[in-house]
Amino acid sequence: MTQSDYALEARNLSKSFGGFHAVKTVNLKVRRGSIHALIGPNGAGKTTCFNLLTKTLTPTEGQVLLDGQDITGLRSAQVARMGLVRSFQISATFPHLTCLENVRVALQSNHGTAFKFWRSLRAVEGLNARARALLEQVGLAGREDTLATELSYGKKRALEIATTLALDPKVMLLDEPTAGMGHEDVEPITDLIRQVSAGRTILIVEHNLSVVSSLCERITVLQHGEVLTEGTYDAVSNDPEVITAYMGGVDD
Amino acid sequence: MNRALMLVLLAVLAIAAPFYVYPILLMTVLSYVVFASSFNLLLGYAGLLCFGHAMFFGTAAYFAGWLLKNTALSIELCFLLSALSMAALGWVVGLIAARRGGIQFAMITLAISQFIYFLLLRAPFTGGEDGLQRIPRSALFGMFDVSSNLALYYVILAFSVLAILVFYRVVHSPFGEVLKAIRDNEARVESLGFIPERFKVLALTLSAGLAGLAGAMKAAAYQIATLHDVSFHISGTIIFMTLLGGLGTLTGPMVGAAMIVLLNDYLAQYGEWALIIQGAVFLVVILFFRKGVVGEIEARLKKPGRV
Repeated sequence: MTQSDYALEARNLSKSFGGFHAVKTVNLKVRRGSIHALIGPNGAGKTTCFNLLTKTLTPTEGQVLLDGQDITGLRSAQVARMGLVRSFQISATFPHLTCLENVRVALQSNHGTAFKFWRSLRAVEGLNARARALLEQVGLAGREDTLATELSYGKKRALEIATTLALDPKVMLLDEPTAGMGHEDVEPITDLIRQVSAGRTILIVEHNLSVVSSLCERITVLQHGEVLTEGTYDAVSNDPEVITAYMGGVDD
Repeated sequence: MNRALMLVLLAVLAIAAPFYVYPILLMTVLSYVVFASSFNLLLGYAGLLCFGHAMFFGTAAYFAGWLLKNTALSIELCFLLSALSMAALGWVVGLIAARRGGIQFAMITLAISQFIYFLLLRAPFTGGEDGLQRIPRSALFGMFDVSSNLALYYVILAFSVLAILVFYRVVHSPFGEVLKAIRDNEARVESLGFIPERFKVLALTLSAGLAGLAGAMKAAAYQIATLHDVSFHISGTIIFMTLLGGLGTLTGPMVGAAMIVLLNDYLAQYGEWALIIQGAVFLVVILFFRKGVVGEIEARLKKPGRV
């Protein structure tokens, strides 16, 4: 396989905080067009790893590559423009903007109007149709003028996905998209992720193993900041080391 | 419809007011209305707490005073130059402070404003403790005499309307939309491909320009510029006016500014009792108008709290 078969790649990625090694020489390859999961018990370094990949944290050592291009030294705003967009564990909407405005802000990212303080909002009205289409795609049709803060938790997540999609990202990184959700919300969000995955690469950090099993082609298991194993759901879930890591071994 | 009627009413009121109320008091109200709006642009729409906002107001008062005294420039040019120079100062302060958020931003702006206070105390052209006194009022466009309080009031009214229109446009612009998003969730804005600092620097530049205009108007109205205008007391007052009127509402800080200026003027006759009465009034507002006066009224009218 050539390098560019992988949309996102981590090479010997390490991060330490003081003397604590949160992530140790992690190698990870996310195949283009796949949905890849990063799982592991609490404290395994999933979130740190995620933050390294999204440039929210700077690695102590190692490289991050997007489409074979080194993005280690870039800011998250820069990699967002290159097509790598992340979501947040706590639903990241703009609570005092309407749903339409939430999406429109993201659309402004590639529109060249963001600094125009002398123009009226007519300058961005051309984006409304696209924003409405994105809201409709995630099941928020008719909620254009609702403030984001008034949405239910599940709907906020949907809005966040619509906002992310506004950038038409090649790679989406989702941080625990179903965390804190009631049963009734998990399935719609899972379906939505599957639906928007067409033509994109998705890396997902997730606790809910049924979500992982239904969505993801490949799974990487982290433990103590290192890669424990990688494979399909069936292979990983039957791996005795993984079972020990999750259940807590006698020598732990 | 209702809104148009309100605006007409307000315009009539503003034009007739100086025949019933002392024009200097009205000019003070207008200066603080503009100043409060400039502060609201930062805190209410960008989520930036500037603890030293008086540096733009007070420095502009000195700068405009110096221009009016020592140059032949007409008064509107003195106002515009003051606004532009403070915008430049705001840009510099932004470059230093905008990488930080929250309390760090507040502390850095406070430190810079204290530094500027010290500079103005020591500078040779500011008159030290005495300040600049007997500032003349140059002719408008170099032709029309505006040295009377009544004439100057209309000049200041025109500039205030202009400033409020600028403020309105900025918060209702594509830029304003991104700014509000930064206020709500800065990390998310960055993850969408924007560099938030650049927006904060521009917000501070625009806000400082408006505050500069306010300071210049105040200097022309009072015909003095003193250290008090740059002091932390003024920075604190403007925060208070904004909170009293309603943070994040378009008109709240303007109303808060007018309320405090008029209250201070009215209470001046009671000597030291003024502070006690002021405290009581504030307590009432805090207890019964938690979102500020305008914020609370808006909420009661069930207009959704759109900003």
